[in-house]
Amino acid sequence: MTDIAQIDFRPRAISVVLASDEGQRRIQRRYAAERRFRLYGIGAIGLAIAFLVLMLGTVLSNGMTAFWQTHVRLDITFDKELLDPDGKGDRATLEQADYAALIRAALGREFPDVSGRSDRRDLFELVSGGATFELRRMLLDDPSLLGRTVPVWLTSSDEVDMLIKGVFDRTEPEAARKIKDKQIKWVDALAAKGAVERQFHTTFFTAGDSREPEQAGIWGGFVGSVYTLGLTLLLCLPIGVLAAVYLEEFAPKNRWTDLIEVNINNLAAVPSIVFGLLGLAVFLGFFGLPRSAPLVGGMVLALIVLPTIIIAGRAALKAVPPSIREAALGVGASRQQAVWHHVLPLAMPGVMTGSIIGMAHALGETAPLLMIGMVAFVVDIPTGPTSPATVLPVQVFMWADSPERAFVEKTSAAIIVLLVLLGLMNAAAIYLRKKFERRW
Amino acid sequence: MNDSLVAQSAPAEKMDPGGLLTDRTVKMRTRDVHVFYGPKEALKGIDLDIGDREVTALIGPSGCGKSTYLRCLNRMNDYIEGIRVEGRIELDGRDVYDKSLDVVQLRAQIGMVFQKPNPFPKPIYENVAYGPRIHGLAKNRAELDEIVEGSLRKAALWEEVKDRLDQPGTGLSGGQQQRLCIARAIAVNPEVVLMDEPCSALDPIATAKIEELIDELRANYTIVIVTHSMQQAARVSQRTAFFHLGDLVECGETEQIFTTPREQRTQAYITGRFG
Repeated sequence: MTDIAQIDFRPRAISVVLASDEGQRRIQRRYAAERRFRLYGIGAIGLAIAFLVLMLGTVLSNGMTAFWQTHVRLDITFDKELLDPDGKGDRATLEQADYAALIRAALGREFPDVSGRSDRRDLFELVSGGATFELRRMLLDDPSLLGRTVPVWLTSSDEVDMLIKGVFDRTEPEAARKIKDKQIKWVDALAAKGAVERQFHTTFFTAGDSREPEQAGIWGGFVGSVYTLGLTLLLCLPIGVLAAVYLEEFAPKNRWTDLIEVNINNLAAVPSIVFGLLGLAVFLGFFGLPRSAPLVGGMVLALIVLPTIIIAGRAALKAVPPSIREAALGVGASRQQAVWHHVLPLAMPGVMTGSIIGMAHALGETAPLLMIGMVAFVVDIPTGPTSPATVLPVQVFMWADSPERAFVEKTSAAIIVLLVLLGLMNAAAIYLRKKFERRW
Repeated sequence: MNDSLVAQSAPAEKMDPGGLLTDRTVKMRTRDVHVFYGPKEALKGIDLDIGDREVTALIGPSGCGKSTYLRCLNRMNDYIEGIRVEGRIELDGRDVYDKSLDVVQLRAQIGMVFQKPNPFPKPIYENVAYGPRIHGLAKNRAELDEIVEGSLRKAALWEEVKDRLDQPGTGLSGGQQQRLCIARAIAVNPEVVLMDEPCSALDPIATAKIEELIDELRANYTIVIVTHSMQQAARVSQRTAFFHLGDLVECGETEQIFTTPREQRTQAYITGRFG
């Protein structure tokens, strides 16, 4: 053994080193480094917030106006002669009547000095092509209107809407504009009488897609998304949870399960369009399932979300302390009983959080759905998982591609709806996590 | 001094540790039990009898294999990766590792209380009722109520929790949680109760209550307790087995072990010279 006293090791006293100039400089450098680091951190967060504000600000400023739509008030006479010349008064006659004539007549009374076919046509273009349906619905709801004259707010065309919202530049030459000078004059005349007004645009929330921006709505895309995501959840929650439970609790730990684990992790990183191609080749090509259907969309999205749910589920199961399993086994529960009665309920908040995050991911997924034909122009609201449908992000994609100027604000408005839904789903995930947080 | 003792841990002539019983009913019998964790031998041939309706204490320094031995008795080791158990372990003359034996039934017969109190994060009532429910011990709610109350009374917890049976078991104090775990273990009316250092996470007052409880339970149950506290072994057990480095060094009546140990290593351990 070496005698400790013999070791020649005498460092300088720490207090002397710290008090020296060199020591002071080192302290200053350390302080400076810490201040710098904090600044970098604040800078990074600031940059992230700035981008978020920029993105949300752009979307909101572009899209909020789409929730209000310009309407024009006209004194509509529900003329018996025009609507029901034979005097039958039954529903079928009223359904097939020429309501456009009512609008033309009302406009003619409003602007008596407009003559000539093309001028009259230009005048008629002030109101939306959907206005005739509005009148028909009114009359069918209340047949007593027949023969009376009432002021009615009709949806204006998208050109008038853009003019009122200040998107079209009045100072531009007429040829460079989508709206003619005389149409501007008529709109101004109506506006001067207080017959032009922006009203909340319920059609945007209740209608399906349309080529006419003022008649287009997100309800079709929303219902399509609900069917698609519902199917996704139905498929991948049970499969994902069972896979996670088996892999985590029952599977032997050997080379095969290692290989499976690596592959599940890899699947989570596969570009989503690859899953779209797979869906096209297998579900449409081989099994011959219907094109553009939420059924196939849901199956493809389930493939994409499955790895996320399995990984989240395994992590949640792993977080349950082994003492809970031992406690259950110790009173004579089988392993399966221990898992179903005790471990899985405790892991459920984590599983739910993972699933909701995965579903939020699926809600925003566009590319794979393009591959299986969910990018079709679908006017009808889907009635089931096999009827042609589109989904919200694809709706955004299609509107962004449309030439009409009014679709710009519709696109942003659809993005707002999509973001609100995503926010709600994430809020639900946070709520579930907080509510059922570790109870042991 | 310490160094020399550990170095001499394998004495030249191996004497009989005295694990076998001839003078009373034997509840569990273990013969030549070897346990391997991969290539490492954790138990090196244990011959030990557990007497019926008495408390057997397993003592020894950390890593000596006493917990491993305990967990072999109700096959809680089954799910550990890479473990191998050899030898014969009997409950009432029946091999517990017999292929035809249902391990779930075995664990209903041999209950277990763990080192750290581990109540289910469920109401107190559900904690106790869980075992009887999965084994179908109660025909109706009234019977189940009876079992729950009886178990909690036996575990000396009834008076403290009878007004809050619907509150989570995890909300109790550490000592109460451990008594709840004991109530949960005896609710299925097992024949043997294994306790793995049941008081190591508890304060002295809670410990005293658990020890008192063990002493009362001895009338109806065979109890095997692993403990690091020499005093505890001396207070609660009738027989004591001293493990060291995977060997059963010495076993005998508790009084004899603590007053006149035959082995030098036992002597050194119980007087606190190593461990």
